Amino acid sequence: MVEKADQIFVLLLHWILNYLPAAWRHPVSVLLCVAVIVAVYPALFALAVLMERKGLGRMQNRYGPNRVGPFGILQPVADGIKSLTKEDIVPRNADALVHFIAPLVLVVAVFMGFAVMPMGRNMVLVNLDASLLFFFAMGASTELSIFMAGWSSRNKYSLLGAMRAVAQMISYEVPLLLSTVGVVMITGSLSLVDIVDAQNRYSWGLAHWNVFKPWGLAGFVMFVIASMAETNRSPFDLPEGESEIIGGYFTEYSGFKFALFFLGEYVGMFGIAGLGTTLFLGGWSAPLAVLSWIPSWIWFFAKVELWICFFIWVRGTLPRLRQDQLMNFAWKFLLPLTLVNLLVAAEWRFVEGVWIRWIVGMVIVVGTYVLMGRVGMRREKLGPRSYRYAE
Amino acid sequence: MLGEGILKGLAETAKNFAGSYVSKERLTTVQYPEERAEHIEASRVFPFLVYDGPDAFAGMRCVSCQICEKECPPKCIYIEKSKDKKPDYVGKPQNYPVRFDIDISVCMSCQICVEVCPFDAIKMDSVFEMATDNRFGGLLLDREKLLKSNEYYHSIHPTEATEVDGRLAEEKAKVEAKAKAAAEAAAAKAAAEAAAPKTAAPAAAPAAKPDAPKPTGGAE
Repeated sequence: MVEKADQIFVLLLHWILNYLPAAWRHPVSVLLCVAVIVAVYPALFALAVLMERKGLGRMQNRYGPNRVGPFGILQPVADGIKSLTKEDIVPRNADALVHFIAPLVLVVAVFMGFAVMPMGRNMVLVNLDASLLFFFAMGASTELSIFMAGWSSRNKYSLLGAMRAVAQMISYEVPLLLSTVGVVMITGSLSLVDIVDAQNRYSWGLAHWNVFKPWGLAGFVMFVIASMAETNRSPFDLPEGESEIIGGYFTEYSGFKFALFFLGEYVGMFGIAGLGTTLFLGGWSAPLAVLSWIPSWIWFFAKVELWICFFIWVRGTLPRLRQDQLMNFAWKFLLPLTLVNLLVAAEWRFVEGVWIRWIVGMVIVVGTYVLMGRVGMRREKLGPRSYRYAE
Repeated sequence: MLGEGILKGLAETAKNFAGSYVSKERLTTVQYPEERAEHIEASRVFPFLVYDGPDAFAGMRCVSCQICEKECPPKCIYIEKSKDKKPDYVGKPQNYPVRFDIDISVCMSCQICVEVCPFDAIKMDSVFEMATDNRFGGLLLDREKLLKSNEYYHSIHPTEATEVDGRLAEEKAKVEAKAKAAAEAAAAKAAAEAAAPKTAAPAAAPAAKPDAPKPTGGAE
């Protein structure tokens, strides 16, 4: 029974495929999986948007949307209909073709990432050997779409937003990738399926998740921070910056193209949350051995939703950063810390003895963090300002 | 240590999030169509014209001096002056507006018309539910729509209306006293003339009907 509930989608797929001639089975199976992915994540997107609006409202002591349907749960439907029926305006001087393609590129790229994501036991579309690399390659191409959007709009705000986005995403891609390298070093594989399998072991009833190890904990924290910047979430939402550059690269988008951008952004969030879950939080595995009877796909989606909730929480808490703070944080704080973390991962791999490697790892991680925090927070003593005018 | 502030902030928002489900006092939102916030006396939306007494036309305070029309920054007031005259509140014949239109799609609620009006005839309304399906005609308020009674003015801005009433009553009393004095003087003079018909009347006889003095000051 437990086994059946766990594998329900896999069994369903096989049951459908049994009615088809053998030659059709493979393409139909791929198409069905793609269709499910393309249907499930927009549904989650609607849920996340509602959660975000309600949650942010509550954090600011407001009700949030509560008019459409009971408790406002039909708000995403109303939003969808609205954006579908809205007029689609393209600026006269815009590069119409690129302007049109940009949201499509974003949506396609973010959905591609799910192709390699194990969403449950045996629930992965393609089990690539280098699926982590594939995911990051797809994630990097979202930058292209954002730059296309900003450039083709022929609007100063759009271009500024796109410039900011590219600078930010390239800067944060480095710590994002480096924070995952520790996982690859320990697991010895780039395949996400293998990474989850390696974490799906239990000692004393507790799972071997990577986040429960010194290098994993540090990597996890840095991954969370970098993933917020990578998905342009607050407090790193400078590229959008409604109050400064009126929406950044979104400025000239309206109607359904805007909705596609919005969708792409949220699905990108799910992607990065799913990746983080897979790498550090044990993917679809249960945290405790006694909870293993709950189907694996429930664990995966619960973790992703929890991750999104944390994003919303942070968005309700922190104000937007300044551009120089953003860059300094990436290059002067996160990057050195991720490099130190690689050292800790190596130490974990090669030092014998459970306790000694725990203690050494924690000392290096916490010590570096405290030290770098001290250095970073030290006030610079600035003398009286002097100006020199151009001759 | 680095990151302490972030944790404090997260705790604060979590407290607010949970608290909003527990205590009703936290949620200050007024659920508008069902509930309404109490009327705020200082609130202002668009201007309206005040009239005294029961009849809107007879009690109209506006004398179509057109100062508001000239002062209006977005030029949303249009006034047509009458050819004939009607008595104002002190009884002096004055012009009146044949047409008085305010385009509230243009009006920016700056209250300058109210401040410049020497007759306390135009005041700010606090009705905000003015949505209409007619984009042009529906947002152009004519004289009939703009005229509202002094009692209504009292009901929305009581303090201000009482002050204005006091001022107008004072003016009226002053005018009446002056008219009475002038009438008495004229009567005395007539009596004197009757007594001594031979003596020529001095040229300095006061006018039988003095000019209505202009009420001083602006709206406040």
